[in-house]
Amino acid sequence: MDPDEAAGCPVPLATGERVTLAHGGGGALMHELVRTVFAAALGTDTRHDGAVLDPVAGRLVTTTDGFVVRPLFFPGGDIGALAVHGTINDLAMCGARPLALSAGFIIEEGLPVVDLRRVVESMADAARRAGVTIVSGDTKVVERGHGDGLYVTTSGIGLLERDIRIHPDAVRPGDAVILSGDLGRHGMAVLCAREGLAADPPIESDQQSLWPAVAALLDAGLEVHCLRDLTRGGFATCSVEIARSAGLDIELDEAAITVAPPVAAACELLGLDPLYVANEGRFMLVLPAAQADAAIDVLRRQPGTAGAAVAGRVGAGRNGRVSLRTRLGTWRHVPMLSGAQLPRIC
Amino acid sequence: MKFVDEFRSPAAVAALARTIASRCTRPWTLMEVCGGQTHAIVRHGLDALLPSGVELIHGPGCPVCVTPAEVLDLAHRIAARPEVVFCTFADMLRVPGSATDLFTVKSAGGDVRTVLSPLDALAVAARHPDREVVFFAVGFETTAPATALAVAEARQRGLGNFSVLVTHVRVPPALTAILREPGNRVQGFLAAGHVCAVMGTAEYDAIARDFGVPIVVTGFEPVDILDGIARCIGQLEAGRAEVENAYERAVRRDGNAHARALMRAVFEPGERRWRGLGSIPESGLVLRREYAQFDAELRFGPPAAATATEGPCISGAVLTGQRKPTDCPAFGTRCTPEHPLGATMVSSEGACAAYHRYRLPQPA
Repeated sequence: MDPDEAAGCPVPLATGERVTLAHGGGGALMHELVRTVFAAALGTDTRHDGAVLDPVAGRLVTTTDGFVVRPLFFPGGDIGALAVHGTINDLAMCGARPLALSAGFIIEEGLPVVDLRRVVESMADAARRAGVTIVSGDTKVVERGHGDGLYVTTSGIGLLERDIRIHPDAVRPGDAVILSGDLGRHGMAVLCAREGLAADPPIESDQQSLWPAVAALLDAGLEVHCLRDLTRGGFATCSVEIARSAGLDIELDEAAITVAPPVAAACELLGLDPLYVANEGRFMLVLPAAQADAAIDVLRRQPGTAGAAVAGRVGAGRNGRVSLRTRLGTWRHVPMLSGAQLPRIC
Repeated sequence: MKFVDEFRSPAAVAALARTIASRCTRPWTLMEVCGGQTHAIVRHGLDALLPSGVELIHGPGCPVCVTPAEVLDLAHRIAARPEVVFCTFADMLRVPGSATDLFTVKSAGGDVRTVLSPLDALAVAARHPDREVVFFAVGFETTAPATALAVAEARQRGLGNFSVLVTHVRVPPALTAILREPGNRVQGFLAAGHVCAVMGTAEYDAIARDFGVPIVVTGFEPVDILDGIARCIGQLEAGRAEVENAYERAVRRDGNAHARALMRAVFEPGERRWRGLGSIPESGLVLRREYAQFDAELRFGPPAAATATEGPCISGAVLTGQRKPTDCPAFGTRCTPEHPLGATMVSSEGACAAYHRYRLPQPA
């Protein structure tokens, strides 16, 4: 018999159906939640306040990202896998091999424990596949109505193994702009899941680790000038960010940009421009035009970037502006949007 | 994508551009009525494919843009009330009144919710009988039938906590007002295809006849728009002025009888003030007396008297096609989508927003 039960004063189980405020109180329940849900899946050593990492040869890169996606589970992924891949990808965009992550969880009172466990197990799976360890973490529980089920923040450390500088200021006039695949899957997968818009089959998020593709480019000895993962604001916004940072004009070619038919259809229905829709498994690559074919060759041999194509070039102008040659042969301006894209009324 | 790709085909667009060039022997000025058409023209750069003498001027067909400041102010006052859930299409969130916008009202604690249909607002009313649920009914004849349906259902279900702030407008009286403006330059119209899908085309016959202007019912894709332009110029060159349907896949002469019956049951034409055009008789849709209990204006007080708009914004002249967005001294400098001075810069259908978003800056 359980000793607590013998004392006639039962302690609620951490493995109950829902997370309660008591799980965030710093006491036995919190320890049980950490042990049975987090440590069990992630293998994180929870005995001390921090993780000590072994020395590495090379410069270190760090980054942090917060994840507030709703719903927590969507076709092609969930907030856990997203939290791992998002931070890995930010490291990869700096050319760094992801080494270790830390994770913070803000849990809303009432979240089903089964959902939390599913998210954490998904994180563990994504980390294992990507070869990174989640070495430290934190959990807090907030009152019902003060969160959206679950928010996750991850920070990462990566290792820059080469003496390279991947940065907008390395971009040069005449460089090629390469897009790693089709656009808009993640944003539309989440939007369709949130709004109950059924596509058959459902649109799946493209969320994935981009490190294997970046590693392959670097291993091939290509002179990568800049990388950017096309998350919030999509390809258009990222192009504008790079053009502005570099102080150079970028010219895109609409005919070279692909959008899967169900994604295009959902965007049409809602009046959204796929150039601005978020992706979680796509990036743009800027490198010397003479190396574009070699880069495409490398990327097409990687599973997550089979659809890579040259989508534009860096022009000679120095206005920091992005323009797009439409399929009709006309030109238009590609600006940064002022806020979120709003569905049209008619 | 079926029903889209064939209407964006570069080959079909090039063929129509050649047809227009061969038909056109002198300069013509056409107005595309709908803001959705304006956006398609600017987004795809269609005006660059036209002969130099053909000018497209942008019409008043942006319901968000033509809603006058005093109605926006009333909406903002209602949305700020603690007992109200204010439901709106997303387009209206950032449109400035004289003091604020709905995003700001929401951030200050107003319960402002985005809906995709008035029926969603009705569902909110059914779920929250203790709250006053107000739907901001903006739009042309395209969105009015859905509002009518929601109001009719509210009465049938006895949902006394539901009301609508109606600012629905009708296209034909606005076209007449534009043609009567001194200095009007419009020689032909591309009528808004989706409005005609509801209303049919018959109510445009008298305008074409009385003012001697061709009116071509036109869709929204590049091929649709160039086809509309080609037919309009064809009529002008031949000296004809008729209503012609270039959007036959969506528009029948009688429109959508069911939708029109719904509108007739709930609304009647009434005078309405438009930004840029002023007050136009019969240009609005107002609730019939038997539905007055669902009128948010009666429930929460009428709008303040119209005030003269001051400042550099020329949205009124832009909405009537007298000026281009780039004629405005504030365009892209003091007036941007981040800090709009007028609705035409912030609405997704507004001409200023289209120019700011898609037009490459001209070399100084």
